[in-house]
Amino acid sequence: MPAVLETKNLTFIYGGNGPFRKTAVSDVNISIEKGEFIGVIGHTGSGKSTLIQQLNGLLRPTSGTILLNGKDIWAEPKKIRQVRFQVGMVFQYPEHQLFEETVLRDICFGPGNMGLAPEEIQRRAYEAADFVGLKRELLEKSPFELSGGEKRRVAIAGVIAMDPDVLILDEPTAGLDPHGRDVLLAQIQNYHQRRKNTIVLVSHSMEDIARVADRILVMNHGQAAMFDTTEKVFARGDELESMGLRVPQITKIMQILQRDGYPVGNGVLTMEQAIRQLAPLLKSRGCIHAQ
Amino acid sequence: MLSDITLGQYLPGNSVLHRMDPRVKLILTFACIVFIFVAGNLWSLLCMVALVAGGMLLSGVPVGQYLKSLRAIIVIVVFTSVLNLFYGNGDLLLKIGVMEIRTGGVLNSIFIAIRIITLILFSAILTFTTSPTQLTDAMERIMKPLTVFHIKVHEIAMMMTIALRFVPTLLEETDKIMSAQKARGADMESGGLVQRAKALIPILIPLFVSSFRRAYDLAMAMECRCYHGGEGRTKMKSLHITGLDIYSCCVTAVFFAAVILLNLFLPGLF
Repeated sequence: MPAVLETKNLTFIYGGNGPFRKTAVSDVNISIEKGEFIGVIGHTGSGKSTLIQQLNGLLRPTSGTILLNGKDIWAEPKKIRQVRFQVGMVFQYPEHQLFEETVLRDICFGPGNMGLAPEEIQRRAYEAADFVGLKRELLEKSPFELSGGEKRRVAIAGVIAMDPDVLILDEPTAGLDPHGRDVLLAQIQNYHQRRKNTIVLVSHSMEDIARVADRILVMNHGQAAMFDTTEKVFARGDELESMGLRVPQITKIMQILQRDGYPVGNGVLTMEQAIRQLAPLLKSRGCIHAQ
Repeated sequence: MLSDITLGQYLPGNSVLHRMDPRVKLILTFACIVFIFVAGNLWSLLCMVALVAGGMLLSGVPVGQYLKSLRAIIVIVVFTSVLNLFYGNGDLLLKIGVMEIRTGGVLNSIFIAIRIITLILFSAILTFTTSPTQLTDAMERIMKPLTVFHIKVHEIAMMMTIALRFVPTLLEETDKIMSAQKARGADMESGGLVQRAKALIPILIPLFVSSFRRAYDLAMAMECRCYHGGEGRTKMKSLHITGLDIYSCCVTAVFFAAVILLNLFLPGLF
């Protein structure tokens, strides 16, 4: 698989040469392959946001390069907008960026900036609205009339409508209720499976990441501390905890059971996987009855 | 990039000027600015220059900071000085077409330049050594007699404090919204004037909306703490006039007296 995004010695320093200079990202070398679902975790201030804002050219790295499909994105600074169309970015609380008179027109803002034909813009907007489960009757309403969760869907649809090769989402589920989180996450996963494009998801919820990510990038003090498959990263629970992170609760329980000698497998990430392993075990010991 | 703009140039410190009562500082600064214009000749103006230099030294603020504050007005200084070059009598120095530069004009433009620079420096001393909250506090206290005329002094001061408090917050918010719209391909760097103005809409509307949201939240939070305006409200930090303030008033008064005397005894230097 060819790498769609690659960083080489990526470093970002805030505050120039002044007394308040701070290295936010230091010497990050990662390679993201086409069609992957990457989860990014790290405690507050670990450089996650600075890293992802460089990936679509919103911040220019102090040193190092970013390759998009093998080409340096800053080779021609005047064409940086093209990079932003290819690497879509959904910020935290994206509902605060809505401004148009109707939901549909707001979703059309991104594709409109790409200079597409009006029919194509409409087609993409409707498609994006379907992906995030926005009903057609909502599309003619003012975005300011909608509920918080609906606004967020509109904002995400506005980025999906640009049909980016890589979609970066910065904590898309923050502040949503549990049901809203599950639905939104499922929609993102569905979008990923249908479009086969690359997704980078930043989240503080280990459970969310465990459910959807193929590989996890762990940021710590501006450095890429780990970048490996989800099972392998969550198998290093102690190291994660020393970085102010943790593994999903169910993974932790299964690790403890395994340590105490129960015949359960390693690298259990979701409740469903755990049930699949534990149910036969409990049945065989007569703790629960076969249904 | 927006975060580079520093509004409210207060530089925390513990110098003599930092410890002075903000009311006294405000009034003295105002009086000094008046006296810059009272000073009618170069010598009396030099008195004010000496006073401002003394203030700068006492403030403990690096000279570089003062130079920075002057950088913003350098164009105005040069422009007015050049204009003034052509007004004045005395010996002819240079003739460009119909324009004549005479010694009086040169002295005049130097005089005006010093005036503007001193003026800016006096206000810089005030803003460097007084926090915005202290300033509004002082203004509220000074304007208090106006309540007789049913002017809501406390409310005005509270509005100023809130406005100042939200400047950095809104800057940060603007930065975020700009990034978000840029990520959607908004183009703010190219195009003609009309196009650029149009490109501001996707930034201004979300900014307005969030300002209203913040205003509602703030109003709610203030009401939850039983805020009901200035009536009967006590201050956590009440202002006190100390010996330091009286002393600095006296020193400034001496300089003012010198300005008046020099005006009287050395009239019309040029």
